[in-house]
Amino acid sequence: MSLREYRTINRISGPLLFVEKTSPVGYGELVEIELENGERRRGQVLDTSEEVVVVQVFEGTSGIDTGARVRFIGETLRLPVSEEMLGRVLSGLGEPLDGGPEVMPDERLDITGAAINPYARDTPKEFIQTGISAIDGMNTLVRGQKLPIFSASGLPHNDIALQIARQSKVLGEEEEFAVVFAAMGITNEEAQYFMEDFRRTGALSRAVVFLNLAEDPAIERLVTPRMALTTAEYLAFEYDMQVLVILTDMTNYCEALREVSSAREEVPGRRGYPGYLYTDLATIYERAGRIRGRKGSITQFPILTMPGDDMTHPVPDLTGYITEGQIVLSRELHMRGIYPPINVLMSLSRLMNLGIGEGRTREEHRALADQLYSAYAEGIDMRGLVAIVGKEALTGRDLKYLEFSYEFENKFVNQGREEEREIEETLDIGWDLLAMLPEDELTRLERWQIEKYHPKYRDKEDHPNDGDKADEVRPNRG
Amino acid sequence: MISRVSGPLVVIKGLNPKMYNVIQIGEEKLIGEVVGIEGKKCMVQVYEDTYGIKPGEPAWDTGKPLSVELGPGLIGNIYDGIQRPLPEIREEIGDFVRRGVMAPGLDRTTKWHFVPLSKRGDKVSGGTIIGEVREGSVNHKILVPPGEKPGVITEIEEGEYKVEEPVCLLEDGREITMYHVWPVRRPRPFLERLSPEVPLITGQRILDFLFPVAKGGTAAIPGGFGTGKTVTQQTLAKWCDAEVVIYVGCGERGNEMADVLEEFPKLEDPRTGRPLMERTVLIANTSNMPVAAREASVYTGMTIAEYFRDMGYSVALMADSTSRWAEAMREISSRLEEMPGEEGYPAYLGARLAEFYERAGRVRTLSGDEGSVTVIGAVSPPGGDMSEPVTQNTLRIVKVFWALDYNLAYRRHFPAINWLKSYSLYEDTLRKWFEDRFGEDWTNLRKWTKHVLQQEAELREIVQLVGPEALPPDQRVLLEVARLIRLAFLQQNAFHPVDTYYPPEKQIEYIRAIKRYEEMAYEALRSGVPVERILSVKGKEKLIRVKYEENFVEELRKIIGEMTEEFESLIEEWKYKVE
Repeated sequence: MSLREYRTINRISGPLLFVEKTSPVGYGELVEIELENGERRRGQVLDTSEEVVVVQVFEGTSGIDTGARVRFIGETLRLPVSEEMLGRVLSGLGEPLDGGPEVMPDERLDITGAAINPYARDTPKEFIQTGISAIDGMNTLVRGQKLPIFSASGLPHNDIALQIARQSKVLGEEEEFAVVFAAMGITNEEAQYFMEDFRRTGALSRAVVFLNLAEDPAIERLVTPRMALTTAEYLAFEYDMQVLVILTDMTNYCEALREVSSAREEVPGRRGYPGYLYTDLATIYERAGRIRGRKGSITQFPILTMPGDDMTHPVPDLTGYITEGQIVLSRELHMRGIYPPINVLMSLSRLMNLGIGEGRTREEHRALADQLYSAYAEGIDMRGLVAIVGKEALTGRDLKYLEFSYEFENKFVNQGREEEREIEETLDIGWDLLAMLPEDELTRLERWQIEKYHPKYRDKEDHPNDGDKADEVRPNRG
Repeated sequence: MISRVSGPLVVIKGLNPKMYNVIQIGEEKLIGEVVGIEGKKCMVQVYEDTYGIKPGEPAWDTGKPLSVELGPGLIGNIYDGIQRPLPEIREEIGDFVRRGVMAPGLDRTTKWHFVPLSKRGDKVSGGTIIGEVREGSVNHKILVPPGEKPGVITEIEEGEYKVEEPVCLLEDGREITMYHVWPVRRPRPFLERLSPEVPLITGQRILDFLFPVAKGGTAAIPGGFGTGKTVTQQTLAKWCDAEVVIYVGCGERGNEMADVLEEFPKLEDPRTGRPLMERTVLIANTSNMPVAAREASVYTGMTIAEYFRDMGYSVALMADSTSRWAEAMREISSRLEEMPGEEGYPAYLGARLAEFYERAGRVRTLSGDEGSVTVIGAVSPPGGDMSEPVTQNTLRIVKVFWALDYNLAYRRHFPAINWLKSYSLYEDTLRKWFEDRFGEDWTNLRKWTKHVLQQEAELREIVQLVGPEALPPDQRVLLEVARLIRLAFLQQNAFHPVDTYYPPEKQIEYIRAIKRYEEMAYEALRSGVPVERILSVKGKEKLIRVKYEENFVEELRKIIGEMTEEFESLIEEWKYKVE
């Protein structure tokens, strides 16, 4: 390790230092800055040439002057990892926050990671039961998937993320998920909320927490998700664990990236975000998946808030292009008191088909979900119509769809924060709701599926709890 | 010597390379390509991570532009953006792609059974087919490399050869091996362009029947995320009737490539009965792999496609997604500090896209055969906004536009192709081909279908205002016919074993049946049957489900029979009531 120290800072701009007349410095190298008062900060090389080296300072540049000492460490940023990290709370840069000792490293890993060879990837196909009907039934999650939650300020995305972390399981397997939680720029209060829930449910013992809070330096956020994913990769692929990674809030991450980009005076892309935002996000989101011949897996739940509830904002937009679907939260449903307020029509799980069907969930799952979608979409259309022409102008058929759309939200989407529905139960609720509609209209379902599962035909002795009347009210255990 | 490193861009001084020459960078000899020259400095885009690379490290000019190896071993293989075989890379360095590995595009040790198609004394020149080897379901022709001078064969023999061993000797002592290299950015030569008059049959009802693409044509699929670009591309890669398929995953998801890799070897090509993988070449440069290699990946794919075209094959190239390629261009351009054009894209974006799509076409090859490259490019407009530069520049070039629609996708109408916005400029040139094979009524039925859908769109606006009940009976029938067209014909389930692939002969039967329903419905209406009764005819819903039946044609006939009876008895019943 060659230590080279300079006091040749020429320019300071935003989070960046421009250092002159150095000996050759490697791209991406780790930097240590020592202020005159002895304080130490860390940074990374963003651009290197013979004349000038650009350093991005994680803790921000406030208080730094041209007299500060800059040391180039000669290696890229690494995270010490070990299995003992489970149960620990660390800072956004990987330092202990819980008063515990430093992590005794088994290895020190480069946090940028490397791309999984597409040929080495295994197709994600094990169904994860989250116990939430709107996800399990309509947007099924599989192990190794990356499924973001598109939320907005004031919506209960944290509750949903916690409920998923708490309830997720692969049917037929005892093993629980290990959770890696990375907070980027969230408030102290939000962080407390997560921590309390982790402690209450005992989840902390199988969790690694990285906290970069709102008051912490913004530039540090660029490192936090990479620290978390490096840990996740280590646990998943060295210790065969099933790891669930929660990253919140990705919008804060992107803002930090924009800050650095504008300080470098780069040509801005949409809304001032750099043109490489897609590539940069991909290097985070693509670190999910499974590898052939290894037992572990990484499943990602990034959370992001859409500024102004706008899904075409670059952050949700580019995220949607990289992730395998999205869970979209709706302010309207939230106002009506529906939890989880998941907008089923706008949500999507691209890997759903791989995880459902016979032997995984149930044979008719795909067709049932399609039928529920199209019926619900039709009902939503009717709402638009009613707003203009009034209920009187609707035909009897149309009225049934209208009613269906409300019942779907109240009985299928709506459930309790602690309620954990088995997949069978989720699907049966779906069937009960479909019984509201004329049988002829169920064109997405094949005849035999209707005869086997439709409440009208379902053998009552086999299903003593299921009534055959659609309007029978199901007790909401929430 | 390296003078500056900024992400994927490295500035070198002291070398005098030509534009687009391949440069080896640093002690690890990472490879890159010259993308700009300024005085004594040249700008190099590097195909691998540049972490840790320092100014002062050495660099070498290879003197050659970025090229691919063309020969036996391509079929069924999976490459990264610069034709490094991913299976070999995995074997060598493990599950993660790290930098600095080199592996040749074609395996050097496999022996191929070479069968000559030329003989001693034959005159050959660049592009002549001299023999073939069997590779998967493809007869891989061996070509004299284009650009070779003419010569006479003195020796050519059947046998087992490795790709580097000569299979043919010319009188002037030149040796022809089974493979040659070709620079990816230079289009391969051919004799002449032919007009595209044969359709690429995709087995997708909305595409073949309403918006067909010709072999040698160009099509674009723009759509926001979740509208089904990738599913459509993959469905086309599975079922289109090209003889060779090149699938370029350009800056997309790793898990999707894994899915293709798992599925394609298991699926059967409906025409040859062989696994689909045996006609496919995959290029996977996922979004987290180096951005410069992503820029190169579409050219790598195109060059391989042209190579198979030169053997006289019809080739389909799927590029998913061209927007990621354009973004890679933008990223490099911005690091070169070029003056940005629209939305930060370089000013030459349109020119690059045009150059790329122009490499498609149906041609007479140098050996006198007919070959074609059809290009189908996915476009990912930010926010689904089709007015952005990549979509707009693409639409100026391509002849077929399949517009994916958020609203259709939200209601799970798949393929979510908007029938009012999409178009194909090949309708007329392909008309004769379809009519000759599937009946004179093909074109008229297509016009009828579009007309009904168009009228439906207009009526829907009225329905929004007054409700459906207020419409006159004939318009309510029309809405019902349009509904049938949408639910039965246009919706197609890519994941259903029967529905995923519909050959044109089944497509036309299906649309004829819907037309038949329309005729009977109007006849009943004229005979005084109330519209409510017409709309509740039972057979109609069966028309929607019949597409999933194995013996579709038979079942369809049965349903038409039942429907006819039902209508006849309705008319009969109302005859008396009216009287």
